[in-house]
This record gives sequence, structure tokens and C-alpha cells, in this order.
Amino acid sequence: MAGSTLEIKDLHVTIEDQEILKGVNLTITGGEFHAVMGPNGTGKSTLAAAIMGHPKYVITKGSILLDGEDVLEMEVDERAKAGLFLAMQYPSEITGVTTSDFLRSSVNAHREEGNEISLMKFIKEMDAAMDYLEMDKNMAQRYLNTGFSGGEKKRNEILQLMMIKPAIGILDEIDSGLDIDALKVVSKGINKLRDESFGCLIITHYQRLLEYITPDKVHVMMQGRVVKSGGPELAQRLEAEGYEWIKEELGIEDEIAGQKA
Amino acid sequence: MAIDTKLPYEKDYVSNYSARLNEPEWMKSLRLQGLELVDTLPMPKPDKTNISKWNFKDYKHDAEGKAIQSLEELPNEIKVLLDLDNKNQNLFIQRNQSVAYQSLSSELKAKGVIFTDIFSAMNEHSDLVQRYFMKDAVSVDENRLTALHTALMNGGVFVYVPKNVVIEDPLQAIFWQEDLEVASFNHVIVVAEENSSLTYVENYISHNKTENAVANIVTEVIAHDNANVSFGAVDNFASGTTVYVNRRGVAYRDATIDWALGQMNDGNTVSENITHLIGDNSVSHAKTVTVGRGEQTQNFTAKIVHFGRNSEGYILQHGVMKDSASSVFNGIGKIEHGATKSNAEQESRVLMLSKNARGDANPILLIDEDDVTAGHAASVGRVDPLQIFYLMSRGISRFEAERLIIHGFLAPVVNEIPIKAVRDQLTQVIEGKVH
Repeated sequence: MAGSTLEIKDLHVTIEDQEILKGVNLTITGGEFHAVMGPNGTGKSTLAAAIMGHPKYVITKGSILLDGEDVLEMEVDERAKAGLFLAMQYPSEITGVTTSDFLRSSVNAHREEGNEISLMKFIKEMDAAMDYLEMDKNMAQRYLNTGFSGGEKKRNEILQLMMIKPAIGILDEIDSGLDIDALKVVSKGINKLRDESFGCLIITHYQRLLEYITPDKVHVMMQGRVVKSGGPELAQRLEAEGYEWIKEELGIEDEIAGQKA
Repeated sequence: MAIDTKLPYEKDYVSNYSARLNEPEWMKSLRLQGLELVDTLPMPKPDKTNISKWNFKDYKHDAEGKAIQSLEELPNEIKVLLDLDNKNQNLFIQRNQSVAYQSLSSELKAKGVIFTDIFSAMNEHSDLVQRYFMKDAVSVDENRLTALHTALMNGGVFVYVPKNVVIEDPLQAIFWQEDLEVASFNHVIVVAEENSSLTYVENYISHNKTENAVANIVTEVIAHDNANVSFGAVDNFASGTTVYVNRRGVAYRDATIDWALGQMNDGNTVSENITHLIGDNSVSHAKTVTVGRGEQTQNFTAKIVHFGRNSEGYILQHGVMKDSASSVFNGIGKIEHGATKSNAEQESRVLMLSKNARGDANPILLIDEDDVTAGHAASVGRVDPLQIFYLMSRGISRFEAERLIIHGFLAPVVNEIPIKAVRDQLTQVIEGKVH
């Protein structure tokens, strides 16, 4: 499969009547890893949630297209089946549903009816991915995210990413709350997917993650917009100098996005 | 209100019924005593549910059912409850008021295990049945319905496990109300003697959607010292049946009684599940699930009373409410004076699927002893939209996401049902009721 293209054009998003995104433009193509960085509260996670169709966010203007198809017209599950995947910062806990059953339903949702993955093949793939992510196999039989530590939840998100193999993966602060060893393992999982058919949008406010996953492009968000884009060197400069120089350069005093609309 | 107390079945009828079944004298006089009390006793008063307009009078008392020669003769809706592959030999099927089928492994028979219909038990083991019938768990004179139950008792089983006998395979009883109007005044007694252990699973099933019927059921479980009783049930009375079901347990020293009840009736239901932890170190887990739909009103009480020291009681009630169904969940943990070091825990959760459904969770702790631990959790809420978002973001449809969440919500109890066929059937029933 050739890579997909996700185009975000002039995206405006509000939550509870507060405008968070004020015209985001971004294009991600298969084979590319993009990092979206920025201080807290500048709209990074809102962007991730809005692309996937989070029920609390309202799109007031702009468009999201996946290979020319209007994503905003799609239900959340249709977005997933079209090729989008969001690794969440705070995955839900669902009691009574085992991680393994959930994962199998997810994998099968991406396949045609009548072409469901066999149980043997599924278990084999899941075991291999869990080994790769150095996960405890018992986790597959535990209820989904229920009682998982922060690190286990993040690994579980990447396990899903590896099993579902979407066209475009959006990773919302996948590094938060991870110790260095876990961060390395999670990065290893993400890097394994790197090929022409996979595009990735990595949302983080630490440069730390980008030491393990080298982005092709780096974008800085402030005030609900992408205010600066560049290559991997941009992330390094942010790590060394912080965000102040960008604010000065662009004449931004308060970088926070959520002003009353 | 004279009309309220008028009975469809009078003294002569009850005497003749008892005589026809060749019952021992004690049972006949107990029936007549019950009948007399019906006029004087009040109806039960379930907390927050008004049952004064429910049908408790319109039913047929007596209906025979044909015996079967082979399990293959059973209709599919009964067959699905059986582990046909495993050829469970410990099976009892009651069709209306008749025994349609019964078998007990020769090994258990040789060990002195009794698993037979209540009338045969009264004939063959009169003293034993008399020792337990409406004695330690439920009393004849608790209310009008327990008195009426005694007077009109028309079916049930007697299970007796002698001292030191450990039964591995479950005993299964199916109470099949084939006649659309016949009432179930079923009486189930389970007695586990010292150091014995058993698993018992029962199913109630009826099909009367438009015809009226009544179920007035009493179940008494007695676990003697160090005995272990695991009791599973799936109640599946159709919408025409008004149900009053009492399931009581009495646990002596070091004994355990665990309940896993799938309460899937479609009609109005009052269900009481009460366990008395009499002995030191006795334990009970009382787990129930229900799905309410249509216009039905239900009242569930799960109560564990601690008398013994170091006794442990855990109540878990999960309910899903849809349409205009309404349910009250009373969870009561009571620790009596002297029951030191006891622990009473309970959790009641109600998931609401529609605007017009109603669910009340009433957690109650009554504690007359200082040196104890106790806790409760209760919640009534809707399906979390973020859970739906999470599941859908993996390509799962909204319908399937809701289904997963609902089944997951009920799973902690469903998974406790001991026989796989019954567990699978309960899952099917839940599926049918929820969608």
C-alpha cells in the first residue's frame, strides 16, 4: 500500500465555546514522521483529538482530508477504518473486556467481513508484538487498561498501533509518564512501523522522545496555530534554548490557546 | 380490604392437594397453618417499590408435565442450558409440576447424596426435609407471600450432601414452566453437611408474554461447619409472570456460601437474597446481575448479616436499565454485636441506557460492633462517551462498542456462573435483552 496523505486546512476547533485551534494547517504523507511541539496549553492535544473525532470538540471552520476524503463527515469508527489511529494520552479503562478480546475486535474491524483474522494467527502476532514491547503476557487477559500503570497503558497503546498498522498514526504525548527504559521500548515499537506506507504525527512537549524517534519535520504550536516549522534541528534548538526565542521572533506574549472565542 | 385476602385456593383444596401427593402429616398441617396466616399477615414491603397493584392472584396452581425419555426430546430453549457434550449426570428437569427427567451419578448416590424432587424427598426422607423446611432460613409467618408459599408449595428440589462428601461436577436443576398460566411455588433446599462441598445451578424459564402467572419461590441453603456451597441461578420468567423470590443462606463455622444470580425476568420482580453468617470465619459472596427492559419494575435486596466473628460478606450488584424499566437495588451489610473482626463490603452499580429508565442504588451498612471493617460503593450512570470514543477510535462500531461496554459491565458476575452452557445462555439472554 502506498502512503496516505492527511491534510489539515485552516482548522478551527472549540470546546465548551472556547476556541482552542485557530487555523491549523498541516499535511502528513506516508513515510513521514512529523513532530508537533509546543508549551502546555497551546492546542496540541486538541489537534490530535479533533482529527479522531473526540465528542467534546466542535469543528467550527476548516477541513481535514484523508486521501481527499472528508474526514469530518466520518464517524469515529469510519475514521479508524479509513486509516487513522490515535494513541491516547489518557486511554479509557473498560472493565469486563479483556485486552486480548478488544484487540482482536479492533483488528477484525479493519478487515472485511468473512476475512477475520484466525485466532491462532492473532495470538501469534499479539505475542510477537508484546515480546517486542517487553510486555507481560498476562496483560492480554487483564481487563482493558483497568488497573494498568501509566507505563502499561502507553505500551498498550503502542501494541494496538502495531497490531492495527494504520496509514496515519497520531501519538498524543505517548512519552508522558514514561521512565527512560519504557521510553526506549515504546520508541522501538514506533520505529518498527517506519516505512513508506506509514505516516506519523507525534505530539510532545519534550524533545526527549525525539532523541529516539527522529522526525522528518518539526512544528511548533502556539495560540492554537502552527507558528513555526522546520527539520529535526528545530527540535534540538528548542531543547537547547526553550520556546522564548520563537515568542520574541514572532512577537507573541502569551502562547496559551484557550482565550474566549 | 376483604377482596385482597380472598384466595383462589381454599382449605379443602390444600388438604386434597397434600393428600394426593401423599405428603407426611407435618407438611399437610404446615400448609394449613400457612393458609390460615395468609389472611392475617401483611404483604411484604420492599423498600421504595409499591407492589400493591401487581398481580399475585391470577394464576393456575396445578399443571402436570410429561416425562421425557431422552434429553433429545427437549425443545431447543431448554437444550441450550445443558452441557450435552459433557454428559452431566447430575441433572434434574421439572416440567410444570412434574419431574420430567432426573439423574444422579451412581458414585454420588453411593456416597449418600440426595438430589431429588421435593415431594419424593418428603416421602423418602421425611425427617430430614422437616428439619430444614421453612425452619432456619425462611419462616412461614414472615409475610403473606411466605405463608401462601407454604400453603401452595407445588414443586422444587431437595439437595443433601453428607458429611465430608465433596462433589466436583455441578448439580443442575431446570424448572421449566411449559404451561403458560401455571404458577411456580417452588421450594429448593440445599443442605451441605460438615466439610462437604457442592456447586448447584438452577434455571427458571417460562414463556407467558400475555397470560398471567405468579412465581413465589423460596430457596433455603444451609452450609454446616466448613461446608462450601456455590449457588448459581439464571431466572428467566417471561413478562406475564409476577415474581417474588427469596433465596436465603445460613452459614455455620468456617462455611462459605457464594451466590451468582442472573436475574433476567421480564416481569415485575421482588428478589431477596439474604445470607446469615452465623459461624465464626464464615464467608459469603453475593453477586447478582440484571437487565431491566420494557415497563417492568424490579426490587432487588442483597443482604448479608454477620453474627460470627471474623465473618466476611461481599455484595456485588450490577444492573443495566433500558426503556422505561425501573429498579431499586438495596445492598445491606449488617454486623451484629459480637461479630468482631468482621468485614462487610458492598458495591452496587447501575448503568442507564435510556432517559426513561430508572435505577436506585441504596447502600446500607448497619453496624453494632466496633472492631470491624466495612465499605460500600454505589453508582448510577450512563455509558461513558469517552469509553465509546476510545473503542470506536479502533474501528469498532458504536453498536459494538456499547455492546462490549455493557457485557463488560456485567461480566464480573456472569463469569461466576458455574456451568459453561448456562453462562453462555445467560450471555445470550443479556444480548437479547439489551438490543
